[in-house]
Amino acid sequence: MNTTILLFLLQDGITNGAIYALLGLALVLVFAVTRVILIPQGEFVTYGALTYASLAAGRTPGTAKLAVVIGLVAFAFDLYAMRKTLHMPKILRAFGLNVAFPVVVMLATMWAADQRMPAGVSLVLSLLIVASIGLSLYRIVFQPLAHTSVLVLLIASVGVHLALQGLGLLFFGAEGQRGPTLLTASATLGSLRFTGQGMAVYGITVAFIVGLWLFFGLTLYGKALRATAVNRLGARLVGIRTTLSGQIAFLLASTIGALSGILIVPITTLYYDTGFLIGLKGFIAAIIGGLISYPLTAVAALVVGIVEAFSSFYASNFKEVIVFTLLIPVLLLRSLAAPAVEEEKD
Amino acid sequence: MRERWPLIIFAVIVAAVPFIPGVPPFWIVLLDNIGLSALVAMGLVLLTGVGGLTSFGQAAFVGFGAYTTAVLSAQYGVSPWLTLPLSLLVSGLAAVLLGLVTVRLSGHYLPLGTLAWGLGLYYLFSKLAFLGRNDGISGIPPLSIGSLRMLDPGTIYFAIWAAVLISALLTMNLLDSRTGRAIRALRRGHIAAEAFGVYSPRAKLLVFIYAAVLAGLSGWLYAHFTRAVNPTPFGAQAGIEYLFVAVVGGAGYVWGGVLGAAIVVVLKEILQSYLPLLLHGEGQLETIVFGILLIALLQLAPTGLWPWLTSRLPFKPAAKKPDTSIQLPARVRSASAPSVLLQVDNARKQFGGVVAVNNVSFDVQAREIVALIGPNGAGKSTTFNLITGVLPPTSGNISVLGKAVGNAPPQDVVKLGISRTFQHVKLVPDMTVLENVAIGAHLRGHSNALSSMFRLDRGDEAKLLAEAARQIERVGLGDQMHQLAGSLSLGQQRIVEIARALCVDPMLLLLDEPAAGLRHMEKQRLGALLRDLRAGGMSVLLVEHDMGFVMDLADRIVVLDFGTKIAEGTPAAIKTNPEVIKAYLGATA
Repeated sequence: MNTTILLFLLQDGITNGAIYALLGLALVLVFAVTRVILIPQGEFVTYGALTYASLAAGRTPGTAKLAVVIGLVAFAFDLYAMRKTLHMPKILRAFGLNVAFPVVVMLATMWAADQRMPAGVSLVLSLLIVASIGLSLYRIVFQPLAHTSVLVLLIASVGVHLALQGLGLLFFGAEGQRGPTLLTASATLGSLRFTGQGMAVYGITVAFIVGLWLFFGLTLYGKALRATAVNRLGARLVGIRTTLSGQIAFLLASTIGALSGILIVPITTLYYDTGFLIGLKGFIAAIIGGLISYPLTAVAALVVGIVEAFSSFYASNFKEVIVFTLLIPVLLLRSLAAPAVEEEKD
Repeated sequence: MRERWPLIIFAVIVAAVPFIPGVPPFWIVLLDNIGLSALVAMGLVLLTGVGGLTSFGQAAFVGFGAYTTAVLSAQYGVSPWLTLPLSLLVSGLAAVLLGLVTVRLSGHYLPLGTLAWGLGLYYLFSKLAFLGRNDGISGIPPLSIGSLRMLDPGTIYFAIWAAVLISALLTMNLLDSRTGRAIRALRRGHIAAEAFGVYSPRAKLLVFIYAAVLAGLSGWLYAHFTRAVNPTPFGAQAGIEYLFVAVVGGAGYVWGGVLGAAIVVVLKEILQSYLPLLLHGEGQLETIVFGILLIALLQLAPTGLWPWLTSRLPFKPAAKKPDTSIQLPARVRSASAPSVLLQVDNARKQFGGVVAVNNVSFDVQAREIVALIGPNGAGKSTTFNLITGVLPPTSGNISVLGKAVGNAPPQDVVKLGISRTFQHVKLVPDMTVLENVAIGAHLRGHSNALSSMFRLDRGDEAKLLAEAARQIERVGLGDQMHQLAGSLSLGQQRIVEIARALCVDPMLLLLDEPAAGLRHMEKQRLGALLRDLRAGGMSVLLVEHDMGFVMDLADRIVVLDFGTKIAEGTPAAIKTNPEVIKAYLGATA
């Protein structure tokens, strides 16, 4: 191996690792607040990327309609929950969030698809669509199960993944897609070429890591979100709105997922089911971070990215095998270090 | 034999189905698929529903079973009957290796771990040259007995369903045994079971291997049913689907696995044939419906359909009362019994900077009731945890019958004849009182999992249940013996815990707030029972807040405050001790 290949593989690994880090962060965020292990994170990636690519190609993505449909279902759930105490401002808020917002976004999307808007507009619309889907999903699937065990939430999460992946095939077809780059500038340093797209990936990842770390570590609101995860009842008793915490977590996670997708779709071709694998690699990072630590997750994600880059060079056939078995020694270490604490389950 | 009638009737129906005139051959194929899926789901029932270990990776074990026989029979011409034990062995060995890594994981790490290696193995299957990569292996010979070659779905049907019925029978036998009770206790946390000698990691590994072997059996049958294997049916998607099957049917019930398999296979068939007509879309539509159904099911009927179905049956299986005349031999005791049973010497426990127990010393003599009292947070329950090996002491010594216990785990402490109850009741709510109490006698039985599966444990089992029934009657809960422990009042549940502790045949009984939640009469009865036990030669160390109860009963009282022993003496002396009054009532009282 020469230095050029080494550096190239490192660069490739770090770019992928940065994406895994973003996803890992979102997973840690959602788990820390809602105890949900967000398997459908990968679908947020695909939805974001393919919505963006469809818009850029002048098609109205099916996800915009999906956002409206599940928004309506979420609104129905809200109405049913409020049936005893119908309270106008609350109904209006639910209507605005679950119905009006996705409808407006869908109309904007249909209009934008015809107009061939610049990439920035497609980006914003894609983020809004996926964010709206994430928000409604929390309302429909996870809010009614919020009191149950991590395990039940995990199985539900797998259910969401199945449904979203199937819908993804329906919306985007089995063909892979690519999207236009956001930043076309590039610079060359020695033998390495730094694209604007790559730099955007690094910049956004670092900004999110620092931002989330500060938010959860230093602000009162961040601490309130963490308190929700540890003890829902206790958090409610001290006046934290646990439902709102869950909504914020899902909003952030779906936005981060969609953003990751949009960042990579100009670099690699994405298929309707690619997101699952990408999300799982974010998972490996999140698990190494113990589903708690943001900086550790980010570092682990870089390691996953680099290992993947090198194994695809040396043993491309066994790339996935190597990446996924990377988790086993980590789990082993964790299990050896795990304290013998009692888990009260029901 | 009577409880076996439903199984026999079911077996007869299953055997008769292919002979019913007019049954479409396609139904038989569906039934074959149901059987194959039910085998895997049955393993998951034991693993996930009963043992509480969620696995998304069972499909990989099906793959191990299928590929083992595919390679050996298609490429090396080994007879399928010879590859059967090898398929099971390979699945089992894979489970040992993966299990050693996985089952020690706590909570959500476990399912995630299974998802990770499930995917890793799937990619491995699809990349290895000798497994045929993505194309897999074809030309697998059919099963044959003599000249009968099981080529069509109608003949292998019998092999598949014989496997299902035998596995169901063995699984139910296993659950209804000493080992089964240990497995069923896993889901509720390990501390209570370990206090009675159960090795939780070993029990977890056992169910893990059991589930993998059932999956391997399904894989072996699958390979000879389709006579070609490729990696697709062993991927993550399939692993998720098996879990779905178990959850739909009722993850806690052996027949739930079979019911779930029937529902899912038929549903999938219907969805695959009608949905494309309805929506004009391409492929995978059934996964959308599957996902949505799974979520709806979790929200509406989280325990699955089998319990819903059985609760609607007009008749209930009658519980059999154990024959209490069968004697269980007493626990082996050391020949020379010194008068000091338990010696706590300068025991100290620190959690970070907090000193929960601060160099406490006291002893418990033979035939003595000692009470450990003190305000909340005085370190009483922590002292109990130190004595029973749940927590290792930071420093100091605890010795039983003159021998230092050191850092012995709870399983070893109970062998010395020390048994306990818990401040927060730790019973398995969906097991009967009798079964819960029988866990206490775990160490006095000897049957292993294999002998339980083949019902060779009945003599041993009858003795354990007889002992459990005797102890339940002794504490006065004979009428509640066959009720579920979770349906009793909290006070009664504490008494059940005492019965369970008595099943150890202990020399020293540790009771953590036994009288909390009891009514006046019940307290009096408890006091009489404890006096009775003392008269019979047992010693009791109890933590209790009801001072009237303690003062009446105890021979000696040890008072803790903020982790430190502040007084020790007879009830009369403690009542007038100024330090104790200060600790309880404040400085000036």
